[in-house]
This record gives sequence, structure tokens and C-alpha cells, in this order.
Amino acid sequence: MAATDSELRASSKTLLVARTPGKPANLEQIVRWLLLFAGGIMMVAPIAFMISTSLKWPHEIYNLALIPDEPHLENYTYVLEDGRFYAWFINSMIIATITTVSNVLFDSLVGYTLCKFRFPGRYIVFIAILSTLMIPTEMLVIPWYLMSQAFGWLDSYWGIMFPGLMTAFGTFLMKQFFETVPDDFIEAARIDGLNELQIWWTVAMPLVRPALAALAIFVFLGNWTAFIWPLIVTNSTEMYTLPVGLSSFSDEADVQWELIMTGAAISTIPTLIVFLIFQRFIIRGVVMAGLKG
Amino acid sequence: MASLVLRDIVKKFDNTEVLHGLSLSVEDGEFVVFVGPSGCGKSTTLRLIAGLEETTSGEIEIEGRLVNHLEPKDRNIAMVFQNYAIYPHMTVRKNIGFGLRTSKLSKADKKARLEEVAATLDMTELLGRKPSQLSGGQRQRVAIGRAMVRDPAVFLFDEPLSNLDAQLRTQMRLEIKKLHQRVGNTIIFVTHDQVEAMTMADRIVIMKDGYIQQVGTPAEVYHKPANTFVAQFIGAPSMNMLSGEVAGGTVRLGSESEIETDLALEDGRPVLIGVRPEDLYPGGADILVWGQVTVREPLGPETLIYVGTEQGEVIAKADGRNPPEVGEQVKLSAQPESIHFFDTITGEALT
Repeated sequence: MAATDSELRASSKTLLVARTPGKPANLEQIVRWLLLFAGGIMMVAPIAFMISTSLKWPHEIYNLALIPDEPHLENYTYVLEDGRFYAWFINSMIIATITTVSNVLFDSLVGYTLCKFRFPGRYIVFIAILSTLMIPTEMLVIPWYLMSQAFGWLDSYWGIMFPGLMTAFGTFLMKQFFETVPDDFIEAARIDGLNELQIWWTVAMPLVRPALAALAIFVFLGNWTAFIWPLIVTNSTEMYTLPVGLSSFSDEADVQWELIMTGAAISTIPTLIVFLIFQRFIIRGVVMAGLKG
Repeated sequence: MASLVLRDIVKKFDNTEVLHGLSLSVEDGEFVVFVGPSGCGKSTTLRLIAGLEETTSGEIEIEGRLVNHLEPKDRNIAMVFQNYAIYPHMTVRKNIGFGLRTSKLSKADKKARLEEVAATLDMTELLGRKPSQLSGGQRQRVAIGRAMVRDPAVFLFDEPLSNLDAQLRTQMRLEIKKLHQRVGNTIIFVTHDQVEAMTMADRIVIMKDGYIQQVGTPAEVYHKPANTFVAQFIGAPSMNMLSGEVAGGTVRLGSESEIETDLALEDGRPVLIGVRPEDLYPGGADILVWGQVTVREPLGPETLIYVGTEQGEVIAKADGRNPPEVGEQVKLSAQPESIHFFDTITGEALT
């Protein structure tokens, strides 16, 4: 319904009254802004210091000023000219990409099966998968290592990747999301003549795209920043992943913070890209859910 | 030729039997509506026909072919679901075309078929849209289109109108009926709404607790209900049930009224007397019951009156212009031919 002129004028007047310039904000608003500001600072400060440190000379790194006295890009030149950095970058890229694809495919396949099929032992399988979430990584590192040693996987991509190719968390997440897909869709597709794998791929997967995007971001970030297991399973410098490689910039005598921070700054770029690619699916998913019904 | 035959269908979920030996034959091109209260087994029957559930025992034939062990896609059926089940990530064109994915038609034929269906459903200009851009009625039409495009032997509709608002429901009811007249495929339609059943069906199958109560045309189930359940389920408001007793050639109702009957029943046998509210009116000569008007429901052309009688509350229909006042004493009459008799114990109709 179109509002009349006078109605519009009246409502614009009340809007103006509501936010008269110069009127002091109330206490609640001030507290809210302060809290948000503090939260924002806590999020941004480490990144700001990372970038700031990467622009400093070694002698000023313990000077906590955010703006370096003599900002320079020597550290970047040094890191990028060091051939090892590229190898680590590529190692990390390969490992994070393969694990992400593998998790998105297999976590959702298992989650879908556990959610939409009734078979004997289904509940036991689900509980078994979930219970692995209760075991901390630190406890698993030794068995993984022994296993890698026995199979000859030490110091290889496969060795770094195998523990993370599927995750209990991802399976659980996908199972929960598939619960929101009505069975009617699946039965309709079954009547339309699709086999079960086609139904999963062409009908169910597109319907949980926001969850897949979230999972992809989690898994990519998790593997991109993984440190302990890659450190343990790799021996040769060429097989290092970025976090492991960056940590090798420090030795017993000296920690080259400016170089570590430079490497870290560069290594955030792919995670930013992955996030930017997938976040729109998450946002769109939320919008779609809002329009439904 | 019968396009669908059900023979002694039994279905158990774990140890609970939900269908107890269902048999039915549906003629080619017939519009059959399964109706009944929730939990009566009507949707289960539909899912068995579709092949989404397996029968525990019994046979299902579609076009003379035993389909018990065939996959849904091989049964030559199509189904329209209650919440449409159209894929939100696909356009209308893709949704309708989805039913043709596995068909052996050439690409050009598929396209022609798709456009033909879209034209039949009057949604050619909507083909490029996503479901989120469609109204409820349009979504329902897409769902029907996806079923139609395959030209199946039997269409299965699982309460397709229950998600629509009242006005749209009436409109879609008419559209589906017209569509059936045009395309002529066999339709099995499940609903819990007896008005839908009455208005659309060639034949109605009334179910309760996993048993078929009666199969018949809308007129048959309305005028000759097989038992008290059918009598009270079909028609709104429900048929009034009064108790009486056979005495000579008549049925005695309460202390003073008698109904002539040619039923050959032994004296003293208790019977139930059923009269539809629309057959029961104040005034008239064949007085059945009387009492005080407690509530009036004006419907325009007529007014429903609730009358407290010695047999409990009965509903009758009065003229819309000058209905009796609340509190007024009325005598209600019914034509003898509009009165139904049922066995008090079994509830079966006595004829």
C-alpha cells in the first residue's frame, strides 16, 4: 500500500526525532559499543602486529609500536627469494586442498547414509564415529606415527594427510544438515529414476550447500594451520608445510620473528581467498532459509 | 482394462500391522480418492503403490504387470508430494525436465514434451524461474508438471492440497479435475478432506484403521453409507445418530415417535437411526425428535440449529430467513426415505 505524502512526512519526522544529532547516546548504547570495540581490537590486533612486525628490522621487533620506525619490504624479498618457502607453500596448498575436497565428499556421503538410510548397526556406527571426537589429537599422534612408520608413509604427503581425510566432526555436521532435507525430495528423485548415488549428488548435496561451504572453510583452515602432526611426520625440509617451515626460522640461539611474521602474513592470503569464495554460499544459504515458507 | 489392482495387501511396520488385506481394482482413466482420518493407512497404501515401501504380503499390478519387486522408477507411475518436493536449486524448466532424465526420448522430443506440459499447465512464461520466485499454487503446478511430463500409467497424489490456503485449494481442486478430464490418466489421490474426496472423485475409497470401509461413487457413499463410520465421515456436519428399537413394522424412537420401515427385523432389536442435518428440519409432518434450540449457526441460505433432545444434541437445518430463536422449542422432521438404519453393535447399515 502506498503511503500518502503526509504519512511519509510524519514518519520521516519521527525518524529524525529518534536520532537527533547531538543528543547523547544512552549508557546501554555506550557499553554495547565499547564491548564491540574491545572485541574488534582483540580480533584485529594480532593481525596488525603480524603485519607490523613483518615490516620491521630485526632490532625493532621488541619495540611494540604498531607503526615501524623505518618500514621496509626486505623481509618479504628475503622470504620470497628463499626457495624453501615456495615448496612449503605448495605442500600446504596441496594438502589443504586435497583434505578439503576429501572431507566435503566423504563426510557428506557418510553423513547422508547415516541420516537417510535405515540399516542394522546404523546407530552403533554413528556412536563409534562420534566417540572418536572424544579422543584428543595429542593422544593419537603416537599411534599415527607408528602406523605411518609401519606402512612407510613417513615424510610423504599421504602421511601428512591421512589422519584428516575424513573427520568425525564433519560427518556429524553433515548428518545434522541432511536431517533438514525433507525425505520427499529424495523419494521424488527415486521415483524419477535416479540411483542412490545420483540422488545424493544432484538432489541432496545442492540442498546443503551452505553446510558444505562451512565445512570446506573449517577443513581448509584446520589443515592450512595444522602444526603438530606435520611437524612430527615430516623429516626433510622439502616436505614441511608452511607452519612447520616458518617455525624453522627459529633456532636455539635466535628467533627471527620478522621472518616468521612475514611468512605468516603471506600464508594468510590463501585462507582469505578460500573464505571469500565460500562465505557467499553461507550467506546465500541463510537468505534462502529466510525466504522459505 | 484395470490399470491398477491391489490384491490382499498386508503391510506391517515391525510388528504392527497397518493394512490388513486390502483389495481394490481401479479402471483405466479412473479418478479414485482414498480418504480417511489420519493413521487409516491411506498414505501407506499410496507409498506401497509407488514402491517407496515394500508390501509384507499381497500383490500390486499396474497395467496387468506385477510390480511388487520393481523399483519405483520401473513402475510407470508418478507422484506428487504433499510439500511439492520441487528442487529449490533448479529452475522450473529443470524441475519439470527432471522427470525425463531417464527417459529414452531424443533431446528434441524431450524439449517438445516439456513445452507441451508447460503449456497445458499454463506456465510457459515461468519456465526460467526458481521455485523461490513462485507462489504456492504455482509450485504445486510445477510438481504436477514434473509428474505429467512422464505420461505415467498412474498418477499418485499424496495430500497435495493440504499446504494451500482455502481459496487456492478450491481453485487447485478444480484445476486437477479439469486436468484429469483433459489428459485422462488414472489418478489415485489421497486426502483426509471429505469435501475434496466428494468433489473430485469418480470413486471414493473410505478407509479406517487399515481396512477399507466402503468403495463407491460420491453419490453412493453419501446416500448409501455402508456403516456408521462412513455415514459420519462423509458429509458436514456429521450425520446425527439416534437410538431406537424395532417394534412391529416400525422403529420406535424415544417415547413417542415411530418410523415406518420395511426392514425385516425381530421385535425389540436396538438399532441406530441416522439422519443427516440437511435432511432434518423444523416443522413438517414426519416428526422424529424435539427439543430446545441451544445454538444457531447462520450460513446464509440456511441456518444450522443445535437442538437439545432427550437423545442428546442433534443438528438440523432451518431456513436462513427466519430460523427459530435460541431457546425456542422445535419439532424436527425428516422424510422417511432420508433415514438410515444401522446395527447398534456392528455399525453396519441395515437394508
